[in-house]
Amino acid sequence: MKRFLNQPLVARAPRPVARHRGCAGLVALGLWLAVARAPGQSDVVDIVREIVPGATRPIPVSISGFTGEALEVIQFDLFVQGFSFTAPDTAQFLLSGSNDGSLTGRATDRINKSLLVNKSYTGATLRRQAHAFVEDFIRALGRTPIDPSKKIAFKLDTGANSEIYVADFDGHGAQAVTRDNTIVAAPAWVPGRLALYYTSYRLGNPDIFFHDLSSGQRRVFARYPGLNTSAAPSPDGRRVAMILSKGGSPDVYVADADGGNLVQLTQTPADESSPCWSPDGRWVCFATKVNERRVLAKVPASGGPLQIITTRGISNPSEPDWSPDGKWIVFTAQMGGFEICVVPAGGGTATVLVSGEDPCWAANSRTVIFARRQSGRRVLSLLDVPTKQVKDASRFSGSSSQPSWAR
Amino acid sequence: MNSSKLTYLLICAVAASLAATGCKKKPTPITPLPGARAGVPGGERPSELPEGGRLGPGEPVSTGGGALAGLEEFEGMLADRAALAAHTVHFDFDSAVVKRSELPHVEAVAAALKADPNVKLLIEGHCDERGTEEYNRALGERRALALREALVKRGITPVRIRTISYGEDRPVDPGHNEEAWAKNRRGEFILLRPK
Repeated sequence: MKRFLNQPLVARAPRPVARHRGCAGLVALGLWLAVARAPGQSDVVDIVREIVPGATRPIPVSISGFTGEALEVIQFDLFVQGFSFTAPDTAQFLLSGSNDGSLTGRATDRINKSLLVNKSYTGATLRRQAHAFVEDFIRALGRTPIDPSKKIAFKLDTGANSEIYVADFDGHGAQAVTRDNTIVAAPAWVPGRLALYYTSYRLGNPDIFFHDLSSGQRRVFARYPGLNTSAAPSPDGRRVAMILSKGGSPDVYVADADGGNLVQLTQTPADESSPCWSPDGRWVCFATKVNERRVLAKVPASGGPLQIITTRGISNPSEPDWSPDGKWIVFTAQMGGFEICVVPAGGGTATVLVSGEDPCWAANSRTVIFARRQSGRRVLSLLDVPTKQVKDASRFSGSSSQPSWAR
Repeated sequence: MNSSKLTYLLICAVAASLAATGCKKKPTPITPLPGARAGVPGGERPSELPEGGRLGPGEPVSTGGGALAGLEEFEGMLADRAALAAHTVHFDFDSAVVKRSELPHVEAVAAALKADPNVKLLIEGHCDERGTEEYNRALGERRALALREALVKRGITPVRIRTISYGEDRPVDPGHNEEAWAKNRRGEFILLRPK
């Protein structure tokens, strides 16, 4: 059994028969790892489950053996999920491996010496292999890692116009999905699908489009007189919340995914903006004004009275996004500049995290992507909410903003 | 020797791919974005609207008295940006209130609409960059709607008026200072003439 530990997992076996044996060996190794990990597990979990927004210490790791692009990816992924880098003797976990050709990675707990990951990766790109290694490591700690197959969509300014782009979550491999030569904005992924809603002025009005990236087909979803924007599909993808002004003021509406069954959720003289859903699909949360004060509020998705979500300690909240685990709402507060803040989903005292705007949770309910302003333009950046660690995604030539992270 | 080496490599490759797909889940296979042209940087083919198919609006719902006129009422009209360019209205920071000092512009626009019953009006609402983007898109609409309301009060029928918000996306001054912001917080009037 032990000899498997010293071998890369993808059978670089000397004999063809290794095809079957290698597979059985992998299963056996998996079982062995599961058993071997058990004793040390409680030590690890205590630390990684402590998530106080902005007040959690990063977990020190030591990295050796990786180079170039693979090393960059591993460091990026670890940093935006709450790890810091240190020497082997002060690290809690030791990550080692190589990326000569394909990537091989090991992760061990320095204290109790347990082996958490020992794998070789093949296929795809070296970047993908590096992402997968970090994903395996974080999963071995009992946490939900960022799923590197989940893309981000964002608005990229192209001179006077803007278009929608999609990219890996770190900004790598960006591709345009619209060429409308006008303003296109406010992209939002449909949960579990390679499909987006966004606002395009292509038909001379801000209208909401649905765009299936698998087929390339798109259609107009909402084209009412006035403003049609800020589409937010429900967690089950069957309904869409949005802002329409056809009733004489920007209000929150919901419709079925086919555009029918339109219901007006708010009827205020103030302008609502940026709707989002609670993960159970029962509430729609948004920004509005009550008694001339800007607040976050929610209404039942089936209609009902408006409830204010208190955000003590900050002013001018907007752009809420409800965490997939249901616990937090991340939002932008405008207090001179723009600040990314979190508040418990039921309301309470808000915690100011970092400067930035338009935050969006990853599926792990831990990492947030947002836009921060830098010399007159916006740059996409990732934030690990518990540790407040921030790292910019790949830079683009124009101003990039309004990120949506696929869930 | 050569062929046996080749066979060996082939078998290794098969073993590796089987191990990767059949037994081991990692690495996750890449989901290629359809429409992408491999090897062309940034080469996502733009997905076009279906040819010929007419884009219908969503299902209409009944609305209150403040409802906006249908977009079809304005189709095919020629936009004259110059006619009322001198009457652009400016707003205070984070406000959609039409200031008393701006009312002469509203009066002038109302007079132009009264003078020619064939023309219609497009009101553009704009914001400065100090606000979040979708908030500004809503604020720009509120500004355009406030100007529409001011015109309605002066006897213009609301079905002749269309509003559009550009939020902060169409600044007249790209600067990042108070002077630029003051210019950018505005409502512009575009006269729509029949063809």
